[in-house]
Amino acid sequence: MTLLAAPAVLVIVALVVIPVGWLAAQSIYDNGFTLEHYRRIFTEEVYWRSFALTFRIALMVTFLTLLLGYPVAYAAAHAKRPWNVLILACVMLPFWTSVLVRAYAWLVLLQRTGVANQLLERFGLITEPLAMVHNELGTVIATVHILLPFMVLPLYSTMQKIPRELMLAGASLGGGPLYSFLRIFLPLSLPGVVAGLTLVFVLTLGFYITPELLGGGRTVMISMVVSRNVELYAQWGAASAVGVVLLACVLMIFAAVGRIIPLDKMLGQK
Amino acid sequence: MKTSLLPRLAFGLVVGLVLIYLMLPVLIIVPMSFSSTRFLTFPPPALSLRWYAEYFGSPNWMQGTRMSLMLGVLTVLIATPLGTAAAYAISNAQNRLMRSLHMVLMLPLIVPIIIVAIGIFFVYAKLGLIQTLTGLVLANVMLGLPYVITSVVAGLQSFDKTQEMVARSLGMNRLRAFLTVTLPQIKASVFAGAVFAFISAIDETIIALFVSGGQYQTLTKRMFTALRDEIDPTIASISTLLTAASFLLVLLAMSGQKKEA
Repeated sequence: MTLLAAPAVLVIVALVVIPVGWLAAQSIYDNGFTLEHYRRIFTEEVYWRSFALTFRIALMVTFLTLLLGYPVAYAAAHAKRPWNVLILACVMLPFWTSVLVRAYAWLVLLQRTGVANQLLERFGLITEPLAMVHNELGTVIATVHILLPFMVLPLYSTMQKIPRELMLAGASLGGGPLYSFLRIFLPLSLPGVVAGLTLVFVLTLGFYITPELLGGGRTVMISMVVSRNVELYAQWGAASAVGVVLLACVLMIFAAVGRIIPLDKMLGQK
Repeated sequence: MKTSLLPRLAFGLVVGLVLIYLMLPVLIIVPMSFSSTRFLTFPPPALSLRWYAEYFGSPNWMQGTRMSLMLGVLTVLIATPLGTAAAYAISNAQNRLMRSLHMVLMLPLIVPIIIVAIGIFFVYAKLGLIQTLTGLVLANVMLGLPYVITSVVAGLQSFDKTQEMVARSLGMNRLRAFLTVTLPQIKASVFAGAVFAFISAIDETIIALFVSGGQYQTLTKRMFTALRDEIDPTIASISTLLTAASFLLVLLAMSGQKKEA
């Protein structure tokens, strides 16, 4: 029976395990064993600044997706037909739209002469166009947009399973709507919250296309450090070491959260 | 439980605004693609099909499109049988080894793509697989496998395994029993997995940036390069077509699954 899985496992080993292993080997071997590349990550400003920026953006994006995603998931889980279908469709359509297409749309919307600035100017809210793209703000706006479905979907599937009777029971015992929500619904939705937070945070750590296109060359996230070291400077050892550190962060987060929520449940959303 | 009107209205407003934010890119791209000018004004001054003409008339864009479609088809042809076989093994052998193998098969979803991409770039550089079709197809099969496996495992979960056992007890060998009894009943899940693997191959950009090139450049690599240099409205027309295509494919896959359920 296991043999049936062998070809698929072979593909994954050849194209994930071996390449990543190669990367790890290259990060500590440069004409002999060396930890030079790792030393530079922790001592050279370019590297740790980029790590700090990446974690800051990831935190912001995670917080914003939760803030925007929770009400949407709640509405999708409670609205009647056809509203719930409409809400889910609005979440799923961008989900299956290419990341490049969405990055392009945000470039068009947010640039100096873009739609957002035109509208704001027409309504007299601003006199000078705002710089909303080619910086950190543009990156965050587009990243939140791309990752919002990864927050909404686990939240929705958790909320759907919360029995309505519990809220009614809470009300019959004299709890107001807000009290019942805070004491009953919110705690029961926490597994979905944790799954969503983890997915969004980890995915943001590895984001490449969006910051590259919307960051304007100044928002250098970790994945961009990796690719520049390969493409521009041919520093394979340095690129590998940064990649290994990023992977270690991701694996540690999954391992920590995996103790609370089974990993395959979490990845099922993707 | 009745909540008063005002909070309900406020809540509805918040949800509505978030949904608009979600739909905004699609809502903006489609009218832009029919614009008559190269300037990104909204709403467009007049309608035209010039950006579609530009796209279909450009040898470079057409080469990228042909390449991406071929890549998608080849990826599906390989990833679907491999993934279905693996999913069958996973749902029939509930042992420790299989559970660890299942995790290994989900690795493409766990490891950040940029890391996989440069790892593959290093390995391909040694093997001479850079700028080859083989290299691109292999990488996309790897990315597509988790989608096929997840979809088919879910399909097999709702399938009654005793049917296959009956067929085998009546003398069919395992392969025939699978092909004639099991497969017809999970075909919508297999199809859905294949569709997701196809979309994933068409959309894939990061690995293509490193390993595709020359005559084997994918559409997304060309789009990415064009976007980095300047905003060419042709991309709006390509984006509209891409979005419509993936939307239709997903609808097709979901309607198939619904019928099965």
